[in-house]
Amino acid sequence: MKLHEYQSKRLFAAYGVPIPDGEVATTAADARRIAEELGGPVVVKSQVLVGGRGKAGGIRLAQSPEEAEQLAAAILGMEIKGLPVRKVLIDRAAHIAQEIYLGIVIDRAAHRPVMMASAEGGVEIEEVARTNPDAIKKVTIDPYLGLRSYQTLALAKGIGLKRELFRPFGKVAQGLYEAFLAYDASLAEINPLIVDDEGNLLAVDGKMVVDDNALFRHRDLAAMRDVDEETPTEREAREAGLSYVQLDGEIGCMVNGAGLAMATMDIIKHFGGSPANFLDIGGGAKAERVATALRLILADENVKAVLFNIFGGITRCDEVAKGILAAFEEVQPTVPLVARLVGTNEEEGREILAASGYDLVAAASLAEAAQKAVAAARGELGA
Amino acid sequence: MAILVDKNTRLLVQGITGREGEFHSRQMLAYGTQVVAGVTPGKGGQMACDGRVPVFDTVAEAVEETGANASIIYVPARFAADAILEAADAGLPLVVCITEGIPTLDMVRVRAYLDQRGTRLIGPNCPGLLSPGQAKVGIMPGHIAMPGPVGVVSRSGTLTYEVVYALTARGMGQTTCVGIGGDPIIGTTFVDVLEMFEDDPATEQVVLIGEIGGSDEERAAQFIAEKMTKPVVAFIAGRTAPPGKRMGHAGAIIQGGSGTAAEKIAAFEAVGVRVAEHPEQIAEIVAR
Repeated sequence: MKLHEYQSKRLFAAYGVPIPDGEVATTAADARRIAEELGGPVVVKSQVLVGGRGKAGGIRLAQSPEEAEQLAAAILGMEIKGLPVRKVLIDRAAHIAQEIYLGIVIDRAAHRPVMMASAEGGVEIEEVARTNPDAIKKVTIDPYLGLRSYQTLALAKGIGLKRELFRPFGKVAQGLYEAFLAYDASLAEINPLIVDDEGNLLAVDGKMVVDDNALFRHRDLAAMRDVDEETPTEREAREAGLSYVQLDGEIGCMVNGAGLAMATMDIIKHFGGSPANFLDIGGGAKAERVATALRLILADENVKAVLFNIFGGITRCDEVAKGILAAFEEVQPTVPLVARLVGTNEEEGREILAASGYDLVAAASLAEAAQKAVAAARGELGA
Repeated sequence: MAILVDKNTRLLVQGITGREGEFHSRQMLAYGTQVVAGVTPGKGGQMACDGRVPVFDTVAEAVEETGANASIIYVPARFAADAILEAADAGLPLVVCITEGIPTLDMVRVRAYLDQRGTRLIGPNCPGLLSPGQAKVGIMPGHIAMPGPVGVVSRSGTLTYEVVYALTARGMGQTTCVGIGGDPIIGTTFVDVLEMFEDDPATEQVVLIGEIGGSDEERAAQFIAEKMTKPVVAFIAGRTAPPGKRMGHAGAIIQGGSGTAAEKIAAFEAVGVRVAEHPEQIAEIVAR
């Protein structure tokens, strides 16, 4: 789960990371009031969960409360990469002498958190990794020893910070790591961490991604979830315990297992079609689950055909077939359906579907199923 | 021959009295696996699976009483890290964790501890292990596999079954099928398993099923180029996956533009590994 800049910065601040004074506004009038209270120039920052806000005109400097109001009005009406701006953060503007990058991610190969710093702040770290990888300094953190001061010193020195900043930088780094641990983050990032004209460090931007698997122990964070992070369908799927990702194609996919679901999307593309979604219905064959999944798929207006790809392992294909038929009682299919059931009791499963009276196109192999689904979506498959 | 588990494996099931644990314990027994003990805290002294398996309160007691030499874990995500640590602490050399949804930072700590203890962990978030004709340790459907010369290693579940089923249908049996799991932090990687298959005299070919996210496949490609003499056929799921979205598995996500299927396929092709275009091609290529 992604957190907004203002949420991330507040959580970092609770662990001693200095952040600018500021507040969130949902209206232009609020923005003006906040700017008046802060006094002096402010930055009006759109709060949306995508990168590239600055380039899109979603981050602007205002010299006066009047200007803050005008800019907030403009930004609050914007869409950035398809996401509507519903909130703006009004921060006191800082005088930037130097911009650096500081972040923590999980290094999957080292199976530990790694802290990264770079003197090239304000640029996406992936960009720096591509163009100037040597500029990124890294330390791997042992979970039992924690982040040690010699490690933060190595980072500070490595990115060429002035000596008098070594200690304050160490404090910021420790605070960021503590916040990362405390909230079960998979990413915690300050970009940029600036040095202002008085030589103080300040986290002017912040980003945190929380591990969904750990949300059970962070109920306070779960409440912060932004509705725009996922589509309404994705939200409903998540609440129903289904793994669903919306795509922009025309063939709805219902598959058991995540790897097989990805492979099913891929083979549709391979045969010239385009998948409308990723969907893993998980183990078992409960009619209710299949019905919810089918309803979600059919709610997508782009969907012109649905492909069921089920591998019966422990779960038997005849049970899955019954589940599919029971789902049809609740959700009437409105587009052509192609079903491929393979594995345990596959023949019984196919017979149940064939005898049902529903217009299901059967396929034996995955390749055949994908080709039939592609043809069906084009209206080229005779029933 | 097989790797990791065989007919001498004496298995202990953590979470044996739970719904999943009980169901799969029966399946494993039916396959012929020696399930010698179960552990559920607070239920020590009971018998599980129609009186066939004694239940203990702790792993240490179970190991002492039954001589178990491997453990499989079916406990809920929030208790799973503890269960793995308990198994390692009891000195078990092999622990297989089926549980999905363990917080990543729990696994960071677990992995650091296991590395010190020298415990081999398979998973978490995996279907486990199957050495056809010898032992089934996990949730893979036993009857779709048969003994033979192909080693299978995968980050996925049903996709693996699909491939194993197709291999069996063509008469190509398997030495061992290994599900390493779909999480960002796992105990055993592709490279570890490739190394075991390379050393296993019964394995003649290897099928590797990867997916988007991380760089385990790239390291596998490098290992194959440098160390492997046996042929490997690969498949990578997720060519059409959008960036930044978790595709079911916690580890299946393209982050910051890296971990794409294209990169992984290129890494394999660069070292001469044949990469199948879709799952059904895997068995075709192996059969050539």
